[in-house]
Amino acid sequence: MLTSFVATLPSTLEQGLIYAVLAFGIMITYAILDFPDLTVDGSFPLGGAVSSALILAGWGPLAALAAAIVAGTLAGLFTGLIHVKLKVRALFSGIIMMTALYSINLRITGGNALLSLPRKAVTIFRNNPLADSLPADLRVLIIAALIVVGLKLLLDGYLRTRAGYLLRAAGDNETVVTALGRDKGNVKIVGLVLANGLVALSGAILCQQQRMFEVSMGTGAMVLGLASVIIGLNLFRRNEKVRITTKVVVGAILYKVCVAFAIAAGLSPMDMKLVTAALFLAILASGTIKRKEKAHA
Amino acid sequence: MLEIRNIHKTYNPGTVRELGLFDGFSLSVEAGQFLSIVGSNGSGKTTLLNILCGSIPVDAGQILLDGQDITRQKEHLRSRRMARIYQNPAMGTCAKMTIQENMALADNKFKRMNLLPGTDKARIPLYREMLSELGLGLENMMQARAGSLSGGQRQALAMTMARLAPIEFLVLDEHTAALDPKAAEVIMELTDRMVKQHKLTAIMVTHNLRFALDYGDRLLMMHQGQAVLDAAGDEKKALRMENLLSLFNEISIECGN
Repeated sequence: MLTSFVATLPSTLEQGLIYAVLAFGIMITYAILDFPDLTVDGSFPLGGAVSSALILAGWGPLAALAAAIVAGTLAGLFTGLIHVKLKVRALFSGIIMMTALYSINLRITGGNALLSLPRKAVTIFRNNPLADSLPADLRVLIIAALIVVGLKLLLDGYLRTRAGYLLRAAGDNETVVTALGRDKGNVKIVGLVLANGLVALSGAILCQQQRMFEVSMGTGAMVLGLASVIIGLNLFRRNEKVRITTKVVVGAILYKVCVAFAIAAGLSPMDMKLVTAALFLAILASGTIKRKEKAHA
Repeated sequence: MLEIRNIHKTYNPGTVRELGLFDGFSLSVEAGQFLSIVGSNGSGKTTLLNILCGSIPVDAGQILLDGQDITRQKEHLRSRRMARIYQNPAMGTCAKMTIQENMALADNKFKRMNLLPGTDKARIPLYREMLSELGLGLENMMQARAGSLSGGQRQALAMTMARLAPIEFLVLDEHTAALDPKAAEVIMELTDRMVKQHKLTAIMVTHNLRFALDYGDRLLMMHQGQAVLDAAGDEKKALRMENLLSLFNEISIECGN
């Protein structure tokens, strides 16, 4: 069991890094903006659909990623507009977009529930000069790590700008945003746009790595990302020196390690979502138990 | 000058819980005036502030600020000219952000919220100086989160944040009510200094009759959406606690409190 776990460790790490990008998006909505955004289950496959369809149409891998980000930001924009302008509850706004995106994703793939990229297709991980110069068994890991570190630094920087301060204030105390003469609704929309851009990017990266898009790949994306964020935040609860982005990356990797461990222990990949749900429940419940202990002390 | 003209406000119209609060209420406040408003629960004090700040709409009537009609202006746009300090000290600051970040955030009020650094390092000495004037030691804990402060410290921070960006109007919504007596004194003195120093127009709702007597140059007692007492200048100076208490008892008995 341990050997099979160790054997799959590199691919577990690859998965963890790719899903860390998804977790960055959920970090913005859940941890910073305090907005339960279910758009994610639709915008994650949206990124995959856009990227896969465009690569099949002959686009370069980076252009395909850029297009996926734009598509994701638009999804976030619509969720934001539905919530802020039409005053629909946060949860419903996300569910509406998620549902609509299922059909939109099928439209993008021309009605195909499955899109496969051929082995010779150029992706960020294959058939490009950078990937070719890296050792075959490490190139996905290295390229994914480069992307995650780059995004982490960008996000760290953003959260320290005036715009970043305002975003944090909106999640912390809306009254302060209003007192600063800003429309809190607009700040929320900006947060949703950024978050879903990241989520779609994550979906696109995953599809380029797997060379496959599947229309239901978004099911559970929200829970998975949320679990990663919560694991990371809980793990470093007492350590304020560690940046939130670092916590989230560690959380995403740890999450994938836990799932891999469960599968190595004999659970079938079919049980993946069950493991996800159980793990998420365990994290939330352990948080509750800790709080109770504290209350008694 | 602020003018409230003939406003009407009814809560839950057309239901059994219908509650008519204002039925043609008017009030004008001169620029530079410090007005205290007292009154029993449900007399319309807080509703008046909410209407003034744009948190709730009026059914009819007008609100003019220096002749400009702001009746339909959105809350966040009104806050470009006024600052509001709430009863709950948590309302004025961001708990998860540090004292320094909160100050920087307030300092950016009239700047573009772009990708420049959130904290302008050159401004930090000014923040520290303003905080040290409070005498609460906040200047030595710039990296502490606002959420870790006591109620009085947080309220003092909120007031300093309001002072960072130029405003004309200060709206005080029972802003000492949640504090212990000592902290309430400190905040009240700070308020008075701030109003005088920046020549602000201030409207303070309070349950503390003594604060209403000791501070400000005009006193209004509200009851059922009407002003039952409006004393300014010498007339206000001549007011004694006994007068206020007896009037207050009169209106309280009337509504069975």
